[in-house]
Amino acid sequence: MTVVQGIYYALGALALFVFLSFMVLVLTWVERKALARIQMRMGPMRVGFHGTLQPLADAMKLVLKEDILPSWADRRVYWLAPLAVFIPSLLLWAVIPVGRDLVLANLELGLFYIVAISVLTVMGLLMAGWGSANKYAMLGGLRAAGQLVSYEIPFIMAILAVAMLVQSLNLETIVDGQRNFAYILVQPLGLFIFLTAGLAELGRTPFDIHHAESELVGGPFIEYSGAHWAVFFLAEYINTFTIGALTVLLFLGGWRWPAMPFDGFAHSTLSVIWFLAKTYAVILFIFWIRGTYPRLRIDQLMAFGWKLLVPLSFVNIVITGIVLFYGWPLWTLTLISLVLLGATFYAISRHQGTRLERMTVTVHSFRGTRSEPPVVQPQPEAALED
Amino acid sequence: MVTPSLVLFYAAAALTLGGGLGVVMTRNIVYAAFALLVAMMGVAGVFLLMFAEFLALVQVLIYGGAIVIVILFALMLTRVQDFEHLSDNRQWPIAAVVAAAIFGLLAASTVGTSVRTTTDAAGATVRTPVAFDALGESLFTQWAVPFEVASLVLLVALIGAVVLVRTSGGRD
Repeated sequence: MTVVQGIYYALGALALFVFLSFMVLVLTWVERKALARIQMRMGPMRVGFHGTLQPLADAMKLVLKEDILPSWADRRVYWLAPLAVFIPSLLLWAVIPVGRDLVLANLELGLFYIVAISVLTVMGLLMAGWGSANKYAMLGGLRAAGQLVSYEIPFIMAILAVAMLVQSLNLETIVDGQRNFAYILVQPLGLFIFLTAGLAELGRTPFDIHHAESELVGGPFIEYSGAHWAVFFLAEYINTFTIGALTVLLFLGGWRWPAMPFDGFAHSTLSVIWFLAKTYAVILFIFWIRGTYPRLRIDQLMAFGWKLLVPLSFVNIVITGIVLFYGWPLWTLTLISLVLLGATFYAISRHQGTRLERMTVTVHSFRGTRSEPPVVQPQPEAALED
Repeated sequence: MVTPSLVLFYAAAALTLGGGLGVVMTRNIVYAAFALLVAMMGVAGVFLLMFAEFLALVQVLIYGGAIVIVILFALMLTRVQDFEHLSDNRQWPIAAVVAAAIFGLLAASTVGTSVRTTTDAAGATVRTPVAFDALGESLFTQWAVPFEVASLVLLVALIGAVVLVRTSGGRD
């Protein structure tokens, strides 16, 4: 490697860092606005037009805040933990393309690289939990480790099924394989497994038990403040962006599907915009889930992972293998996948703990002087039984 | 001649050795687990320098991810103060002999194994990478039986662990 190449890579990494930081700033604003709309609020409105400069104000506040070191904390582990979380999340982006050839390193084993590096985040969470010398942090760290290790299996299996279709682990090849149809059309079950396991990997609602505010206050990061907390925060949003981007690359056709008009520069610019738009759509879906669903209990989370997602991901691999081995047309895979997905949802809806039940609520009003309280007609309403 | 890859090799080797020494020298067992991770990453670096990308990533995933995490998980459920002097084991001379024997075995087999390289037109040694699909094919056809035996051993260990930790009696 020559010096020029080294400079080229360093500049690329710097550009990537700036790009990701900007995306995180945008994401925090989008999340707060989206959650606010779901809850019929306005969200941040004070700084800038509709609060657009709010992320900058927040970032400035975090950097200027006092950095606290708990007196019982293990100093070295405590300070290293934010880096141990942040560096893997940044390293992942070395192989994720945002457009044709717009990638730092187009690895042949790109997908496998992503799987291997993403596991390292757990180490940082454990370090933060243990180093803080705090019971809540410790429990949060252990929960994070348990959750991430469990959901890693369906996550990898869902990726593997896509890799089987393309016969490659290279992300650009996978996108090229989707020039006629996106893999969501072939592997709806795979997308379901991938997104669910991805949410668990991110530790986002409904799988955010490792920083469940009501029981663990702040999880592994509870003792952190100021810039060090900001690093955790940055890593978390970069990871969210990563899952969105991976969903688009693996299942939604990346920048290729549906085909783009124009040639040359206009084409590549448009394709990047198209890719980012899709990614934001997936991320908005993730925020939507956060605004809609309650948090799972830890036993529910483990049961869901091991008893449902893991077997389902193996079934997904087997059906993909059978269809590819016997050379059946791909729509048979779509069909089997859809049937299995339907069966899964049916099983969830019939399951004791998650069954949907109609509840009728009668509201009596005692206001006024009428002798008979008016009875509001019972409204059929689906409620999630705990 | 000092080439960049030589410098990188020494860096990776230093990381491996330093991590390994850290594992056996530190008194704090959680530090030992973290040092193990450093050593594993160093080994992955050495694999990478030998153009075994797949092996390097497997190293990161299995050892760096899964195994160290499980070790830490087990350690953190215990109290570190209880194991202040866990490293001061009286059996250390036996352990040293065993470690030296294993090192001798590994060194001998490493030296005895020929590395596949070819020379290009200019006479320089170039890499002959093993494609990962070739690796998978040989693992699941030529070496299928040892592979299955290894998974069987893991399964036995798994069931054994479940049996060991299951509380006898109807308390649960």
